[in-house]
Amino acid sequence: MSPISFTVNGKRETVNVTPDTPLLWVLRDTLGLTGTKFGCGIAQCGACTVHLDGVATRTCVLPVAAVAGKKVTTIEGLSKNRSHAVQKAWIEEDVPQCGYCQSGQIMAAAALLAKTPHPTDADIDATMTNICRCGTYQRIRAAIHRAAGA
Amino acid sequence: MGARSEVSRREFLQTATVAGAGLVIGFHLPVGGRRGMAYPSTFAPNAWLRINPDESVLVMVDRSEMGQGVTTSLPMLLAEELEADWSKIKIEFAPADKAYINPMFGMQGTGGSTSIRAAYTPLRKAGAAAREMLVTAAAQTWGVDKSECHAEKGAVVHASSKRRLTYGKLVGKASTVPLPQDVPLKEPKDWKILGTRVNRLDTPPKVNGEAGFGIDVKAPGLLVAVIARSPVFGGKVKSFDAAKAKAVPGVRQVVQISTGVAVVGDGYWPAKKGRDALDITWDEGSTASVSSASISQLFAKNAEQTGAVARHDGDAQGALLGAASKIEAVYELPFLAHATMEPMNCTAHVRADGVDIWAPTQFQTGAQGLGVGIGGVPPEKVKVHTTYLGGGFGRRFELDFIKEALETSKAAGAPVKVIWPREDDIRNAQYRPANYHRFQAVLDASGQPVAWTQRIVAPSIMARVFPDNVKNGLDGEAVEGGVGMPYAIPNVHVDYLLTDTGIPVGFWRSVNNSFNGFAVETFIDELAAAAKKDPYEYRRDLLGKAPRHLGVLNLAASKAGWGTPLPAGRARGIAVFKSFDTHVAEVAEVSVDSDGVPHVHRVVCAVDCGPVVNPSIVEAQMQSAIVYGLTAALWGEITIDRGQVQQSNFHNYRMLRMAEMPVVEVHIIPSTDSQGGVGEPGTPPIAPAVCNAIFALNGKRIRKLPIGKVV
Repeated sequence: MSPISFTVNGKRETVNVTPDTPLLWVLRDTLGLTGTKFGCGIAQCGACTVHLDGVATRTCVLPVAAVAGKKVTTIEGLSKNRSHAVQKAWIEEDVPQCGYCQSGQIMAAAALLAKTPHPTDADIDATMTNICRCGTYQRIRAAIHRAAGA
Repeated sequence: MGARSEVSRREFLQTATVAGAGLVIGFHLPVGGRRGMAYPSTFAPNAWLRINPDESVLVMVDRSEMGQGVTTSLPMLLAEELEADWSKIKIEFAPADKAYINPMFGMQGTGGSTSIRAAYTPLRKAGAAAREMLVTAAAQTWGVDKSECHAEKGAVVHASSKRRLTYGKLVGKASTVPLPQDVPLKEPKDWKILGTRVNRLDTPPKVNGEAGFGIDVKAPGLLVAVIARSPVFGGKVKSFDAAKAKAVPGVRQVVQISTGVAVVGDGYWPAKKGRDALDITWDEGSTASVSSASISQLFAKNAEQTGAVARHDGDAQGALLGAASKIEAVYELPFLAHATMEPMNCTAHVRADGVDIWAPTQFQTGAQGLGVGIGGVPPEKVKVHTTYLGGGFGRRFELDFIKEALETSKAAGAPVKVIWPREDDIRNAQYRPANYHRFQAVLDASGQPVAWTQRIVAPSIMARVFPDNVKNGLDGEAVEGGVGMPYAIPNVHVDYLLTDTGIPVGFWRSVNNSFNGFAVETFIDELAAAAKKDPYEYRRDLLGKAPRHLGVLNLAASKAGWGTPLPAGRARGIAVFKSFDTHVAEVAEVSVDSDGVPHVHRVVCAVDCGPVVNPSIVEAQMQSAIVYGLTAALWGEITIDRGQVQQSNFHNYRMLRMAEMPVVEVHIIPSTDSQGGVGEPGTPPIAPAVCNAIFALNGKRIRKLPIGKVV
């Protein structure tokens, strides 16, 4: 076990964990950032999505050793006061139901809009592959379009 | 689940009021990161309401928030009659306490789409009584007659003198006013909050990671456990060797509990690695010989027997015997897992002086009872802290994950959070029962049905959880929807063969209605086809005495453009079904591609749930329930081999995603009729609507779910 350093939400962190520990569990158990969720452990559902050097990344299968020196942004660091366009749109459309998947959905949507500011429905279908068991997809789609128009 | 012990609403309000007096000293659980504050002086006239000097109005939410919107809809009921300023409403989840018993269950729990139905009158009465006390307090302060004062937006106003006192300034005096009885409730036409699209109070904490789910619970010295359970249902630990597990860095303890062996570590990752490294020999037990094929054979065999009679009108058997020809069909549906997004988890701390349970639970009374049993302390020493639930769907009415946390904490002598990997969740559920139906019907010369029989062969949930509810072989919930078949047919016979398979069964979104809805709404479609009638018109003509069924059926057909042309390769299917006192009709537009894969493009849903508390939430629940039912219809299937579940995670227990999401349009019927639930009733009609559309498209009748490929 040797220390691994990376940046989380603008802050430099150094952790002492086994290098195979997925980033998800370092964020949740070591750093106490519980906004990023555990859903499947096999990168299927996207509940654990963060931005890794700006790219939407599923962290439940990503060994922490692979993020040494990189920049991680979690839902807690997406904005101050829920001011990101995606968060504002999510509130206006009242997207969440149980809310468990929504951190991952919002991080995926924010990454999509950063790359494609005015996504089509086809872009949304292709990119937003996170699972929502409450079936909030229709409102997610509306919120992404709303955020794109903002 | 349905209603059981009815407590009168009046008695409920009184009980709640008395018990509420002691609750101010209770713990506070942060909801949305804001920690509840104890004030030296608050106005707490009942168990649900605290008005504080800073004008905040704290509503204790006594149902579990699992997405269905109770953190918003329940406060709306109270705030309407209180004449509260909605922007001042704060929420906390209620502790386990008899004040919060669900009057439709006789226990503190959330399920069966009961929350609004159960709270509709008590919460409005609670708000009205509090408002009257505040008005009285203001009138006394001013020395005027109460009749000259009224309440509006968090204040009492004396109109003629233009004096105004906000509720926060009245808390002291209001606390001395006697609780008024039978304050009249407002007419719906005077509602300001109810019936409007109020934004959800739980949305802001759910867009920045702040909302606290069970899996997010933090406590000093908290350890995490992952548990090895028997791969075969009912199996027991024969022996185990913990050496390899204990060699994993970060593993602290390995303890045996009733369901298996718990590996306790510093975090999830070491606990999971340790669990996977355990060497365990299992005594698999008798279920090891059960497979999906053997279960199907058992169902088919039992379907040849006579079952417990659930409904008997006229003489269906006689009509069948005398008929020149009859229509017959067999349907079979699989076990289904819930797959809540948040895997099962619970945090417990068992100490000599008391027990704390932090749980995403639908069943606080049950959790508290387990704390008493395992902790060996009286109920008042067991604190149940309900968190947000990352989905419930009935799975969190179960107590297995709570029991595991209690037992592991007790054995480890530390606070422990038990987390289930997704594979554990898929493989160790209490599944929506697999089931089998045999139908027979006779039509007259004009195609009208004169006889209808349904034989339901299925395991009983009640036999496992509330066995007293099974009488003479009949589980009244297992036949829900079959018994309620709404069409005007003179001779009807429905019977039930309780058939245990060794696989545990439990509540699931709309539960038994999900399969009886499919069976009944597919078979009526088969009768329409046999009669060479339009399936919408055939239903309509048989629903003359079922006005609420007819209302949603007609609205859905009209909004869907039933009978109007569709793009080539598409067809519509329809279904109508009542469950949880709510009527829903759905029309699905479907195509099937050249690989046989069905695509659902559009679903038009009409719903009559009685008076609507929040139309935005009703729409969201219909969309949600449709996705839930559609996911199951397309792909949902738990199969068994040698007593073990073959699926394990989302790669082989598939979930619907954005690209597969149909456009769902929800139309709500304005109604002052009796109230229904909204969490579940959208689920049963979608599978038959989709399968009936496939039949309309290409003549292929789907009699077995999931649909998979249409070949």
